[in-house]
Amino acid sequence: MSQNKSATAYDLECQNINKDFDGFKAVDDVSFGVPAGTFFSILGPSGCGKTTLLRMIAGFQEPSSGDLLIKGKSMIGVQPNKRPVSMVFQHLALFPMMDIAANVGFGLRQRGVPREDIAKRVETVLERVGLPGVGSRQINQLSGGQKQRVAIARCMVLEPDVLLLDEPLGALDLKLREHMKIELKKLQSEFGTTFVYITHDQSEALVMSDQIAVMNHGKFEQVGTARELYHTPNTAFVAGFVGEANKYEATVDAAFGDAVTLVTPEGMELKGISPVSKLEKGDKAHVFVRPEAVRLATEADKFGGIENLNTGIVENILFNGANSHIILREEKSGGEMNVAIPQTGEFRDLNKGDKIFIGWEAEQTRCYRAEG
Amino acid sequence: MNKILSSGIALLAAGVLSTSAAQAETLRLLTWGGYAPENVVELFEKETGHTVEVTKSNNEEMVAKLRATNGGGFDLAQPSQDRIAGAQAEFDIYKPLDLSKIDASQFIPSMLEATKGNTMIDGEVYGVPHVWGTSGLVVNTAMAGQVKDYTDLCDPSVAGKVSYRLKRPTLIGFAFSMGLDPFAAYNDEAAYQDILDKVEAKLIDCKSNVKTYWGGGDEIKNLLRSGEVVAAMAWDTGGWSLNADNADITFVAPTSGALGWIDTFAMPKRGRADEAAYAWINFVMQPEIAAMITTAAGNFTASQGGDAGVDDALKARYQASFPQEAIDNIKWYPTVPANLETLEGAVLDRVNAAK
Amino acid sequence: MTQAQSRLGLYLLMAPLMLWLLLLIIIPHIGMFLVSISVKTGVRQYVTGFGNYMVFFTEPLYWNTFARTAFMSIAATFLTLLIGFPVAYYIAKLTRGRTKTTLFLMCLIPFWVSELVRTFGWMILLRETGIFSSFLQYIGVHSGPVEFLYNDAAIMIGLVYTSMLFMVVPLVTTLDSLDDSLIEAGYDLGGNGISILREIIIPHAMPGIVSGCIVVFMLSLGNYLTPILLGGKDSLWFTGLIYSQFITRFNWELGSAFGFLLLGLSSTIVWVGLKLSRQSLTDTVGR
Repeated sequence: MSQNKSATAYDLECQNINKDFDGFKAVDDVSFGVPAGTFFSILGPSGCGKTTLLRMIAGFQEPSSGDLLIKGKSMIGVQPNKRPVSMVFQHLALFPMMDIAANVGFGLRQRGVPREDIAKRVETVLERVGLPGVGSRQINQLSGGQKQRVAIARCMVLEPDVLLLDEPLGALDLKLREHMKIELKKLQSEFGTTFVYITHDQSEALVMSDQIAVMNHGKFEQVGTARELYHTPNTAFVAGFVGEANKYEATVDAAFGDAVTLVTPEGMELKGISPVSKLEKGDKAHVFVRPEAVRLATEADKFGGIENLNTGIVENILFNGANSHIILREEKSGGEMNVAIPQTGEFRDLNKGDKIFIGWEAEQTRCYRAEG
Repeated sequence: MNKILSSGIALLAAGVLSTSAAQAETLRLLTWGGYAPENVVELFEKETGHTVEVTKSNNEEMVAKLRATNGGGFDLAQPSQDRIAGAQAEFDIYKPLDLSKIDASQFIPSMLEATKGNTMIDGEVYGVPHVWGTSGLVVNTAMAGQVKDYTDLCDPSVAGKVSYRLKRPTLIGFAFSMGLDPFAAYNDEAAYQDILDKVEAKLIDCKSNVKTYWGGGDEIKNLLRSGEVVAAMAWDTGGWSLNADNADITFVAPTSGALGWIDTFAMPKRGRADEAAYAWINFVMQPEIAAMITTAAGNFTASQGGDAGVDDALKARYQASFPQEAIDNIKWYPTVPANLETLEGAVLDRVNAAK
Repeated sequence: MTQAQSRLGLYLLMAPLMLWLLLLIIIPHIGMFLVSISVKTGVRQYVTGFGNYMVFFTEPLYWNTFARTAFMSIAATFLTLLIGFPVAYYIAKLTRGRTKTTLFLMCLIPFWVSELVRTFGWMILLRETGIFSSFLQYIGVHSGPVEFLYNDAAIMIGLVYTSMLFMVVPLVTTLDSLDDSLIEAGYDLGGNGISILREIIIPHAMPGIVSGCIVVFMLSLGNYLTPILLGGKDSLWFTGLIYSQFITRFNWELGSAFGFLLLGLSSTIVWVGLKLSRQSLTDTVGR
């Protein structure tokens, strides 16, 4: 009964999906549900199994075990051309032998829609993606961004239950990619269709998604909103993969509940929290501190009662406008630290070799048990 | 391609050699397979110091090659006697022979005279005889003993097991077999056309009986040996060589007469090694050398006494195929008038196209 | 100065090609043409005219033979395409690495021997006392020997076999360049095997199909040995006519005229084929 209920709530639901390739587990017991009308991203490094997962949803590969439901109906054994999903391919896979109208109308022709209806619906969808009247042009007459939109139109004209996108922005240059992120999000909310988007680029996932699943070694590490993943990562992998972080290997010196004190091999002392794993003295742990969590000060007493307080020597300044960083060498232990420069202008004149105080809260120092 | 290449090289080599050493020449011989066996060439080279380069060919190719080079590229050619006068008139590819340089005593006199007569143009002689033979029927006597004449090839009893060439000997043979005399009509185009029309009708009628029109000697031998063909129009030597393997198959002189041909020596117009050419003619007409050629080619030569040294088995086959009355009945090809082959070609084309 | 030098270099680079074109193609063709327009009026007497060409059009035999040759060549081309396309698709899309190379080499094997030997191979298989006939008798399908040789089907087999590689190679090349994701996209958008073949694969492979067809058509049209040997008494191939005009009839004038007609008519057929398939020569053969 409960399964039925969940099935109606989700456009796409995966239940304990596995995929084996000759003893190699590409997808390992993955379960998730995508609510109707949301933008769902699967984020992971290359080789994590996200493409395999997407191809199973599209129907190009069959899961070794588990079930896959679209709008509550099992898709196991259903051929890709019979599934109510459409896919935007990595290199878009627009048909170069057809003009744009024929490309967009391809799916409708396969369904046997009358010719006049096809023409009407193609023009409508082209208008909706902002490309009215381009139907008679050839594919190679379009810019990269326009091709992107044609590829989406080609899928959307079929009104699929779920639209799958396989890193479609990968081939675009940076400026266009930034622009298309916003464009895609806008299109998704306009069409109201469920998008499943896979990428290895965390900023794409963070900007566009309602929900993100972080995938590694065939498993989902964590599913949540962008904020949850960024601020409260559940695993060391998520903490390291999503957003930037200073990463340390350290040994637990003392633990009281969540609060732990750790020491790095170089001798730097860290006070932090361990949100998921129960750590005890002597345990090895991965410690993550985000660059923007570290505050800078010229005098030590400006920090008040902050848990972690050190001095550092400026080793390098990475100027990147609003996104500038400094690399510090911690004075006591010689450990390296990456710190974001506050936008207030206070530290604009910081120079290489300057000595500076750094401080950050234990709350911002997340510790995870190191395996083995 | 190879032939062209080698003859090209031969041409170059000959040019160099003829200027440096007038005595030892290179004889470029355009001939049939078996007419210049290696052992004979070796003996000739040892005795005279000339070298011989042999190019194997057939009547049509010989004329075509000499036409292409305007009678150059070879020093001695061996077309059949009926292919000299017509081709000479049309293409001017031969030069007259200097009979004083040829030892006439080595030839069978009747054959020499006949050939001289057939190859005479404006009182000049262009050919002397070398090898002769006949074409007639090669029959598997165990399976088609009833085939005695060319027209018997069209008998329903051998339907689908018959083969002949789509060439002029077939037209001539069928004409004789049908009681006509094509040779008598050689110089009367209208009469000849009349004969051809009758033969054409017969050949078209006969076509369903034919398994395939054969092209090369090996092809027809294969067909007869495998039993796929039991009776064919072919050369005597082919029949005799098959007879050595299978006693049932042999050459049969048709009742209307075997067609006799004589291959000659003729000199291409722009041949250079004339001395070597005359030396070769006189050399190979010696009885013992002629016997060696008969052994290699399977055919007898015009050499006086040349048959004495020939293998007994071959003689026996020859005698079995040719009793005296069959020899008397041989129809020797007269020289072909220039325009005849165009008429024949059209007939052959139509037979080929008929269903 | 440097410009003049570079121009000289260009001429030097082009010289072999130009010499080849001039000496081996243009001059012989001019010679052939001159021969073809000399009409024989008597022994060693010729006048200039198009009488030899007229013979072709007035004598139904020659015209029919050409039509038959062209028709059979077109049929052989289509058959080769029909058999070659799945083979090429399999090699290009469904195999990779070593298997691909092996399969490709297997297509090449027939070309390790001469055309004559290849044709004789077929004769051994197809003749009355051949392997197929013996096999049919052995398994009891047929009581007597069966003749497969000396008919149009035998010619067709020989032509297709001889031409297969020239169809498969360009097809594999073009199919190799077809992105797999286009086919997947076709399925994803609801297409089935047939519509994807028709709308995506064939349009993409069109240049390869056309160039393969041109080569195979020309090879079949110009083939001499295969039709003569396998076709037997009914072979009747246009190149055979040309050969017999040149070699056995000594009629070079008519033979040359036939040669030019073959050149002209085959070019016309190729041109029509290109127009029908909306391809250009530069797209297909000139790639």
